[in-house]
Amino acid sequence: MAASAKPERQSFTSSYTPAPGHRYDVGDRVVVKRAFPPGHRRTPYYIRGKQGVIERICGAFPNPEELAYGFSGKPEKTLYRVRFPQQDVWPRYAGPAHDIIEMEIFEHWLEPASAESPPVKGQTP
Amino acid sequence: MSNPNFDYYARAKQEHGHDHNHDHDDHAPVNEHDNGPPSDYEIMSRAMQELLEEKGLITAEQVRRRMELFDEEFPYRGSRVIARAWTDPAFKARLLADGRAACAEMDIVLESERLIAVENTPDVHNVIVCTLCSCYPRALLGMPPTWYKSRNYRSRVVFEPRTVLHEFGTVLPDHVTVRVHDSNADMRYVVIPMRPEGTEGWSEEQLAEILTRDALVGVTVPRIGR
Repeated sequence: MAASAKPERQSFTSSYTPAPGHRYDVGDRVVVKRAFPPGHRRTPYYIRGKQGVIERICGAFPNPEELAYGFSGKPEKTLYRVRFPQQDVWPRYAGPAHDIIEMEIFEHWLEPASAESPPVKGQTP
Repeated sequence: MSNPNFDYYARAKQEHGHDHNHDHDDHAPVNEHDNGPPSDYEIMSRAMQELLEEKGLITAEQVRRRMELFDEEFPYRGSRVIARAWTDPAFKARLLADGRAACAEMDIVLESERLIAVENTPDVHNVIVCTLCSCYPRALLGMPPTWYKSRNYRSRVVFEPRTVLHEFGTVLPDHVTVRVHDSNADMRYVVIPMRPEGTEGWSEEQLAEILTRDALVGVTVPRIGR
């Protein structure tokens, strides 16, 4: 992960400490699972099945799918921010190709993009 | 609440002898928000507070103080933080790296909120939404405005952000990347807008004045003397 190259700030503990054993790194291409299980899910319907790029690793957080029903949310799940080109998310998107949308996706909702997947369009701001 | 034994509001109404559809004195009528019976959630909330008070875990004063903070302090924190970022590049870098830690430097405690600051540039405009509910950096901006919670905003700003921004009076040229952030899980977001020309030499207090809530959500940009 690129973060190892960044200088450490001593005075504060980061909120974004990556979870140990995270499966994906910043820049990895991923696909959101196209699944529709019942229950409380924080993965919006509109992004399921879409391909994006890991924007950052947010850290480990209690699993909202367990938390919603009174469980502890343990073990915690790794949360990522994933960037998607708008034109891939919405087939009729009217804006320019470089517009993007980003959101938080838990690791168990992500799969690696396969080698034959088309490359992700959209520029990196 | 369907259980009549639990409806002490109804009991109080009976003791009063009539519904509150009239004035008790010559003052102008108050437009009451709590006309009618309380909702189930109001009753549950009230019951929970009473239980917590009985157990000595919280006091009514703490609850009152919390509501006061939401109205009187929280809505102005975001402007102060971003004004500092505009005047102190090192602080801005720290804010971008770790929002919560940077706020703590200003004695602003975000409690459980993890904050991500996103910066507008000549090439990128950021706008924030929560499509799943109404996640919002409440400890930094106070309670979310009604439009932020509306189905209209939440459903449209993700797929036609430029049209929605236009409706807020924000017109962006095509070469600017619109970067929408769906605040759908554990992070909360604040936009660092571009500092407008003509604010050179302004104090942080002056800058905070033009850093409105809507600019920090990204539906508008700060302007001088609007």
